[in-house]
Amino acid sequence: MNNETKLLGVASSPHVSSPIGTRTLMLDVLVALVPSLCVAVFFFGLRALIATAISVAACEVFEWGYRKLLHKTNTNGDLSAAVTGVLLAFVCPVTLPYWMLIIGDFFAIVVVKQLFGGLGKNFVNPALAGRAFLMLSYPVAMTTWATPGQRVGLLSAADAVTGATPLSADFMHQGLLPEGVSLQNMFVGNIGGCMGEISALLLLCGGVYLVVRGVIRLRVPVAFIGTVAVLTFLFPMGGNDRLTWMLYEVLGGGLMLGAIFMATDYVTSPTTPVGEILFGIGCGLLTVFIRYFGGYPEGVSYAILIMNACVWLLDKVKPPRFGLTKEMKEKQKAAKKAAKEASAS
Amino acid sequence: MSHKFYGGVHPAEHKEATERKPVIPLEEAPAQVVIPMSMHVGAPCKPIVAVGDEVTVGQKIGEIAGLGAPIHASVSGKVVAVEPRPHAGGGKMMSVVIENDFKDTPCETIRHRDNVDVLTPQEIIDIVKEAGITGMGGAGFPTHVKLSGAVGKVDTILINGAECEPYITADHRLMLERGEAVLGGVSFIMKALGLQTATIGIEGNKLDAVEHLKSLLPAGSGIQIETLKTRYPQGAEKQLIQRVTGREVPPGGLPADVGCTVFNVATASAIYDAVTEGKPLTHRNVTLTGGAMTRPLNVFAPIGTPLEHLVKMAGGFKTPPQRLLMGGPMMGNPQYDLTASMMKGTNCLLALTDEEAAVQDAEQTCIRCGKCVNVCPMHLMPLYMRMYSMKRDWEKVQEYNVMDCMECGSCNYICPARIHLVQTFRMAKFEIRGLQAKQKAKEAAKA
Repeated sequence: MNNETKLLGVASSPHVSSPIGTRTLMLDVLVALVPSLCVAVFFFGLRALIATAISVAACEVFEWGYRKLLHKTNTNGDLSAAVTGVLLAFVCPVTLPYWMLIIGDFFAIVVVKQLFGGLGKNFVNPALAGRAFLMLSYPVAMTTWATPGQRVGLLSAADAVTGATPLSADFMHQGLLPEGVSLQNMFVGNIGGCMGEISALLLLCGGVYLVVRGVIRLRVPVAFIGTVAVLTFLFPMGGNDRLTWMLYEVLGGGLMLGAIFMATDYVTSPTTPVGEILFGIGCGLLTVFIRYFGGYPEGVSYAILIMNACVWLLDKVKPPRFGLTKEMKEKQKAAKKAAKEASAS
Repeated sequence: MSHKFYGGVHPAEHKEATERKPVIPLEEAPAQVVIPMSMHVGAPCKPIVAVGDEVTVGQKIGEIAGLGAPIHASVSGKVVAVEPRPHAGGGKMMSVVIENDFKDTPCETIRHRDNVDVLTPQEIIDIVKEAGITGMGGAGFPTHVKLSGAVGKVDTILINGAECEPYITADHRLMLERGEAVLGGVSFIMKALGLQTATIGIEGNKLDAVEHLKSLLPAGSGIQIETLKTRYPQGAEKQLIQRVTGREVPPGGLPADVGCTVFNVATASAIYDAVTEGKPLTHRNVTLTGGAMTRPLNVFAPIGTPLEHLVKMAGGFKTPPQRLLMGGPMMGNPQYDLTASMMKGTNCLLALTDEEAAVQDAEQTCIRCGKCVNVCPMHLMPLYMRMYSMKRDWEKVQEYNVMDCMECGSCNYICPARIHLVQTFRMAKFEIRGLQAKQKAKEAAKA
């Protein structure tokens, strides 16, 4: 070969890749959460926006600082910390002092995510783990609910008018429907609750966006919400009308936010179709069990956290091997048995 | 009857650059052709010409040595070298180099056959064998071997017109321009196998080809044309069978195990030419395209044309290509040496620009999004296959059936973390094959 021959570069196929990367996926999740943020600002005032911004900033700073300190590559660009920040703010009451929120962010990003190896390695959802941590540490602050339609103070939320939410213990455990809260109000979000979970309508809009953009698959949310709907329809509490009871259960609490944005978290959910459906059903069952029989009025976050811990098991269910016939399966089983016996003897 | 195949992706098609351009002969014939003695699955052929011999178009220059198909001269002229030359598959391969005399003198064995109806199935298979026809979709399995192996075992003939790889339009144009030859070839395949029906599968982005072939279909031909929703890798043999018949080829098995056999549309038209005109496989349609080609087009080129000549025919490179591929962007074979030449299975020469080609960035961390699992047409779990490959736990990797992977690249394409999955699996398969060979050698030594 002469020296003038120009050699071209080579690489392993495929030679093209989808334009969608980790960052674009995370950006889509943030976009899908914007409508819910708007509704939170509408019902609780600017404090909702500021709390969310502080939470995002805190998450990014913790992520940056941890990785800087340990001489790891900077991963702020993938926006996953921002998603955690928004989601953690969304599962807290708007009246929660900012410093508590920041402590929750620290737990979520540093303890739950980075100590396990960063993005992709944590086994539970960081935002939900952060919420669980705050629930244990500051139970009163975490269950003080501002009533909607007021401007909660920006610096101090102490003067906020508070009240019960549709899923407060009094209602749920005794099977009483919340007085004065119509289903329409629950659907649009004119209710008390965590700042990001109030409007089922706008959370659903975000969910539709994510499905259309191919960010999330329908299996988990449908299995999750479906299981809750079926169970509450079959076993209404307190002699309520089945359908009304079911709708209150489905629209109330963190179910929509949890099923659409939390249970679908890539890192902490199964990867196979069967696994996803089992995961969704498991979340639904646990949610209803906790709501009916547990000490907490709301079970979504714990249900997801418990199922997160089962993902390794659910992922063991492999999809059926392509072209595997029944005879081949039996043969394989027989061969395995023989091998076991051979090794035993 | 319609079935689904699981998974798959839909990359940007980019077929518009050439799909309306009729296939033209090379504006300028190559001064030299370099015909490698291996353009098929199996053993390389043995050259039967020597330096100084005068050859004619269609004259046999390579004889079968084991599994294979004979090789014929694609231009007339003088043999100037019989030596190893750079091969598009990598490395060097014994090749016959012919200096073109630009006369295109046909070989005297090329004769029009008048009554093809009296041919027996075995005679058709023999003609296919002598014509050196191999699968023209890429893999290059000798067609006569496929035909004789399928006789009596197969109940379904599938003809692959899916052309699911982006950019390529060679088969699309073939169906539009030589529809009669494609359908004629299909009838010969049916006759050779003694079957009354055959199904041609064509993707929905080539509806004009579907319409055209339908309009040419004679009544009672037994040939059906099925429009398939555009989805990569539908043109993969196992996926096409699954999509059209609902049957799944067992792991490690062949289409014949589920009573199917698949031929490419280009193979069908080559069979037609061989049977009716006595023409061996010496030329084929090639799409020359990609953002780095100055003038993308479809050409009908002699096999053995050096790549640099093909690039010249497409007006040269507009910009230095980031990668030059033989085949499509999903499974194409990257070329590093322009002196290598096109082969029987070359349907496309694709020059990708920096913007088009996937830049091999550093891998990011797997976020377990599961997209790879959801797109894998072979029902595999690429993320776990990769995880255990990185740990070199080959037993676990085998448990995840890495050997079923056909390297279609769907998982790699969709991965948001840009993880080099296919490359990892190639390495894993290589390691596992090595281990298996070692194991066998050990057992042989024991016995």
